[in-house]
Amino acid sequence: MEETMVTSAKVSKPRRTKRVQISSLLASAPMAIVAIGVFVVCVGYSVVLSFTKSRLFPNFNWVGLDQYERLWGTSRWIVSVENLFLYGVLFIALCLVSGFFMAVFLDQKVRFESGFRTLFLYPYAMSLVVTGLVWQWMMEPSLGLQNVVQRMGWESFEFAPLVDPQYAIYGVLIAAVWQSSGLVMALMLAGLRGIDGEIWKAARVDGIPTWKTYFFIVLPMMRPVMITSVVLLAVGVVRVYDLIVAQTGGGPGMSTEMPAKFVIDHITARGNVGLGMAAATMMLLPVLLVIGPWIYREYVRPTKH
Amino acid sequence: MEQIQLTGPHGPKPKKTTVSRLGVYAFLFSAAVFFCIPLYVMLITSLKGMPEIRLGELFSLPGDPSFAAWVKAWGEACSGVECNGIQTGFWNSVKITIPSVAISIILGSINGYALSFWRFKGSNLLFGLLLFGAFVPFQVVIFPLIIFLREVGLYGSLTGIILIHTIFGMPIMTLLFRNYFSSLPDELFKAARVDGANFWQIFFQIMMPLSIPVTVVAVILQTTGIWNDYLLGLIFAGRENLPMTVQLNNIVATTFGVREYNVNMAATILTALVPLAIYLLSGKYFVRGIAAGAVKG
Repeated sequence: MEETMVTSAKVSKPRRTKRVQISSLLASAPMAIVAIGVFVVCVGYSVVLSFTKSRLFPNFNWVGLDQYERLWGTSRWIVSVENLFLYGVLFIALCLVSGFFMAVFLDQKVRFESGFRTLFLYPYAMSLVVTGLVWQWMMEPSLGLQNVVQRMGWESFEFAPLVDPQYAIYGVLIAAVWQSSGLVMALMLAGLRGIDGEIWKAARVDGIPTWKTYFFIVLPMMRPVMITSVVLLAVGVVRVYDLIVAQTGGGPGMSTEMPAKFVIDHITARGNVGLGMAAATMMLLPVLLVIGPWIYREYVRPTKH
Repeated sequence: MEQIQLTGPHGPKPKKTTVSRLGVYAFLFSAAVFFCIPLYVMLITSLKGMPEIRLGELFSLPGDPSFAAWVKAWGEACSGVECNGIQTGFWNSVKITIPSVAISIILGSINGYALSFWRFKGSNLLFGLLLFGAFVPFQVVIFPLIIFLREVGLYGSLTGIILIHTIFGMPIMTLLFRNYFSSLPDELFKAARVDGANFWQIFFQIMMPLSIPVTVVAVILQTTGIWNDYLLGLIFAGRENLPMTVQLNNIVATTFGVREYNVNMAATILTALVPLAIYLLSGKYFVRGIAAGAVKG
């Protein structure tokens, strides 16, 4: 490792003195250790363990794809994956739509704009544990929102998703959208502010209604912002763990189980590292397939500057 | 929607109140209410006594507001068998957050500086790997890291959790500083090189004074991120050093007899207080931090 870096340094910047090269390499050592030691070796080790019969401690009794077979035969895993898809798609869609509308409405030269902005974004500063616990309390069946509305006279009103396996995931979804949609608002508002004023003038001269300008001219121009938002939200989706643990604990039954929780439970309490690592590898695959080529294209290949 | 005539952001400020303006404000106010409700409920619940909470008036203001629940949450609430309140978690979080933030920012700024001005062949690849680390699910690396920390005797220690936060903070910190340094004019660096300044001289005397704004962003990003962390603290900090978020969840999950919702909500507010204060004080820097991870340099 050290060796290849020294030789390669000579190639790219030939006029540097030896002393300086060493300090720049020394300075990069922690980065190299983390990048390779953690994000290559550790990831690789996890993948290797997924092919073994490891229980509480790692061992190397090779079992081929047995763990994957077992994984996809485990109903809790299947439910977790289904939950992740349902939750992920709805979460990203709702955050994008509400974030976009909040940004557009805030962009109308309104009074108290910074006040609104502060209110829309503050949940994003709070931890998911806090988010989960607050919404758990508000969704409490006998003392929460449901009770308040019923007492106001709407007796048949039902809003206690967390105790109903069929709707629990939507209860989590509401909390998550509450926490994260401000993020999209902030990014989109910055995007809107970056759009050339000439476009608005041109649209007005042509008599295009404002809402049409937003949907057909401005929105397509905001593609980079949308991609950014989706990437940030998607990373959050795959990692969703704290919110589930705080708000539902995965229940009722298995109705809000998620892959991230499946992995953690199997490497800790359940002591089944092989199966847990097979699940972790399955989580890694989509990230690798989507993010890998993007990182390579954007950052690794070009040698600009 | 079709009827609403929205004014473009660069147009003149409308003088008269039109129907569309009312629509805009109606939307914004209802959104604001939705965002406020949980904070409001959390606050008033924490100021009520349990008999009042059992009446089931979630939104009504406390008849006799008292901070008794806050006092109990801070010093007496039970998590498991221990009843020392959430204060131990608070101080643990302080002990974890401060060194983790400092170390990850120092390393991130050095990395970003090296990647911007001292490229070596393979530095792009290294950065690509690090960036991949920003997206990789924690679950894929946690188990090997547990094994590693156990081997070196740091598993379940303060040093261990600080090391873990430094590792997981490195991708985003490096990206933040790399993007910032890449935006600086190249001449700055070249002139210093011509004057014979070396790697560290340029870093300390030129780059560090210039990077105060981005450092503020980094401090905000890391402090809120590490304070709000649950998973890493739960796994790596050990029973003696559990951060506030973990202790909060333990307090709420502990059910001896009656659930004390007022104490739970007081503990929840206390946990949210630090990041909320940072958010309110930092303003635009917080927003910059959010976008930082995604902006390409």
